[in-house]
Amino acid sequence: MIPQRTATSSTLTLHVNDTAHTVTVDHRATLLDVLREQLDLTGSKKGCDHGQCGACTVLLEGRRANSCLLLAVAHDGAHLTTVEGLGDEERPHPLQQAFHERDAFQCGYCTPGQIVSGVGMLCEAAEGHPSHATRREELQRATGAPAELDRDEIRERMSGNLCRCGAYPHIVEAIEDVREHVGGGTDHASRRTEEVTA
Amino acid sequence: MAVDDTTRTDRTTERVLGSPALRREGRAKVTGTARYAAEHTPPDCAYGWPVAAAVPHGSVTGVDAADAMALPGALAVLTHENAPRLGEPDDPTLHLLQTPRVPHRGWYVALAVGETLQTAREMAQAVRVSYDEEPHDVRLTDDHPGLYHPEQANGGYPGDRETGDFDAEYAAAPHRLDLTYTLSPLHNHPMEPHAATAVWEGGHLIAYDSSQGATPVSETLATMFGLDPKQITVVAEHVGGGFGSKGTPRPPVVLAAMGAKHTSRPVKVMLPRRELPSVVGHRAPTIQRLRIGARDDGTLAALGHEVTTHTSTVKEFVEQAAVPSRVMYGADGIRTGHRVVALDVPTPSWMRAPGDASGMYALECAMDEVATALDLDPIELRLRNIPEREPDSGKPFSSHHLADCLREGARRFGWERRDPRPGTRRDGDLLLGTGVAASTYPVLVAPSTASVQALRADGSGPAYHVRVNATDIGTGARTVLAQIAADQLGVPLDAVRIDVGSSDLPTAPLAGGSSGTASWGWAVHKACRELRESGGSIVTVDTTTDVQAQEEYARHAFGAVFAEVSADAFTGEVRVRRLLGVFAAGRILNARTARSQFIGGMTMGLGMALTEHSSLDTRLGGFVEKDLAGYHVPTHADVPDIDAHWIEEHDPHLNPVGGKGIGEIGIVGTPAAIANAVHHATGRRHRQLPLTPDLVVPR
Ligand code: FES
Ligand code: FES
Repeated sequence: MIPQRTATSSTLTLHVNDTAHTVTVDHRATLLDVLREQLDLTGSKKGCDHGQCGACTVLLEGRRANSCLLLAVAHDGAHLTTVEGLGDEERPHPLQQAFHERDAFQCGYCTPGQIVSGVGMLCEAAEGHPSHATRREELQRATGAPAELDRDEIRERMSGNLCRCGAYPHIVEAIEDVREHVGGGTDHASRRTEEVTA
Repeated sequence: MAVDDTTRTDRTTERVLGSPALRREGRAKVTGTARYAAEHTPPDCAYGWPVAAAVPHGSVTGVDAADAMALPGALAVLTHENAPRLGEPDDPTLHLLQTPRVPHRGWYVALAVGETLQTAREMAQAVRVSYDEEPHDVRLTDDHPGLYHPEQANGGYPGDRETGDFDAEYAAAPHRLDLTYTLSPLHNHPMEPHAATAVWEGGHLIAYDSSQGATPVSETLATMFGLDPKQITVVAEHVGGGFGSKGTPRPPVVLAAMGAKHTSRPVKVMLPRRELPSVVGHRAPTIQRLRIGARDDGTLAALGHEVTTHTSTVKEFVEQAAVPSRVMYGADGIRTGHRVVALDVPTPSWMRAPGDASGMYALECAMDEVATALDLDPIELRLRNIPEREPDSGKPFSSHHLADCLREGARRFGWERRDPRPGTRRDGDLLLGTGVAASTYPVLVAPSTASVQALRADGSGPAYHVRVNATDIGTGARTVLAQIAADQLGVPLDAVRIDVGSSDLPTAPLAGGSSGTASWGWAVHKACRELRESGGSIVTVDTTTDVQAQEEYARHAFGAVFAEVSADAFTGEVRVRRLLGVFAAGRILNARTARSQFIGGMTMGLGMALTEHSSLDTRLGGFVEKDLAGYHVPTHADVPDIDAHWIEEHDPHLNPVGGKGIGEIGIVGTPAAIANAVHHATGRRHRQLPLTPDLVVPR
């Protein structure tokens, strides 16, 4: 749709967790602030507001993004997945369940960002994207093959998400628990493919 | 992480207490439904954005709010001229917008309140403040003319102590080491920035606050706003970490309550990350002189630990870094003391294991240096110096298992294979080393109240309802208190409903000093026992007399941390390869959440050792490293598998629940263990942290 505009605000539609929200946003507002303050989706956290901590991580068109660095006005029509969209208390996502069982958090404030980032990371790896920790032999293999995720790979790929409670070792275990099950076949990756081909 | 025997054993036992129960709020936290302080948005909520002083010292001469108030959606600009008058709190850092004085850069001088977050933020930028700037001094030196010996250090410890004749013992000792260690300021930086939302409903103030203790916050607000504590409800249901920085009430709740009062609207105040270092406390920098006189067999004749540190001009806070030297090792002469100077700096406060984290870094590195000088194994050196009684007080220890931690850690780590010679192991360009250090943390406990009510017994829901104003800052307090209750009542865990995190609940002390579980747990234990014994339907208890009646013992948790590091011979980059901690902390009440706390503490210790550094800007005042881009907390790639284990310790002289507190001891020995490992790798001592490449790289 064409945004309704005033000098300082625009009306636009955000598809968050498969629900369309038509909202009027201040041009200065970040996606994170619109989620938290206007849509009352407070699962995405604000740890720094500066792209330094990853607490605000969402999937934007299936890709990990720091929502504190994105202006909402620039995302009319965008599809977002937040932690609330991965699962709920009755039916949590396997990675949410694994975080709970592995005690992969303490205060829980970094946790939604870690989980969303973990899901996004597993998709990236399934699509064969390398990381700084990827071994040379791996890099030389045919592109597109799923990346092998050992602990160093998981740590490297998750390093955009800070946890001051120091839950890192348990977060790595939780991701290991689900790495076989979450990845190329998830909703987010497939949704992106559909959109590209549509 | 290696499979842990303790967990395996616990899983098979019947007892609810000690079992690795899952966190009660875990589902809510992993699905994003757990609400933190800034996530309560009452109807018609306005937003407050503070204005920080832009000079290092002086006073405000004028505030021009015209541009700010001209912005669409502007509601108010509060300054010392128009803000509500407040009663004087015990903590002067909360006496905000009451005088024009600017004690340090970053002190709040105004609060902008607007209809939206964006408006409030722009307003804050548009407020023009003029100042009368005065000279400032933020430089701590060990010969600063303003240094004095404080009467007390944090925690109520005497500033200076001497047992025996330190000077004589030191002068006569065959081996003497005189070493100075320097630590920069450090920042807590919990992932949830401090925030509060305040609503006045008639004469009743409701505040959602990010705090480690809603009871002290409500008491402070009562003093400041001239209310009866019953007229205030402070809610801290989920708190995104604090590490001491939320242990005392902080500016957001005061500013939000003032803003709400002034505008007659609910007001939410969230502190920008970059402003936390200025207004929520920090670990004060220390210059620590260690003088150790040792005999040929490694026993200590003399131990001197003299600490120089800073405080602000707002209030005296003295990092009690010399205190662990009153506890750890027996020496015939022990001198411990503190000197402090009040500078134009933000006010320091509690950061995880205040005193012990800093002091044990210096003491445990010094012990390693003694071991090297005497060609003794560092574990053996410590074993030879474990005292019979607490050296400073002469009191017996309630329990003391440092030796067991050292031996068990050595076994698990493979210490006996270690070649003590420094700088001799290589893996390509990497120099490898291992190190050990001891940990300690005092056992603290405070009086608390709690209530328990018997509900229906027909099995249709929880059978018991426990209420206590504990705070779960990530420790798993809810879960462990429910375990204590279920254990006492002899019922399964899900038969217990528990409410924590509101000042409307029975009053309780804050989550701090690793004392929460012991303090609240004592009250929950007592209430449940009384209910069980009386067969009544509701019991409310107070543990004040029980806590006061405790016998005279020196009560401390102990531990041993082992580290293996690599140091790049060309770049100086240090990486931790392995980290192992073994702790003796009384009874472990929940194996799962306890392990997380130990590991979390050790991770913060790793940060202190390798990445975390802050400094004061001598020209501009205030801290240089303000946010998470400048102040480096460890991230995934910095942290290896960490092993945390514990020794089953039965201490009959603790609270009835039997735990010593586990929130802080994990950080304590870790920096020294890593620093000692770096020396073992490279053969060089640095005597300062963090061990960043520029320091470690060979020159
Ligand atoms: S809040 Fe967005 S990266 Fe920290
Ligand atoms: S769980 Fe507290 S910051 Fe990660």
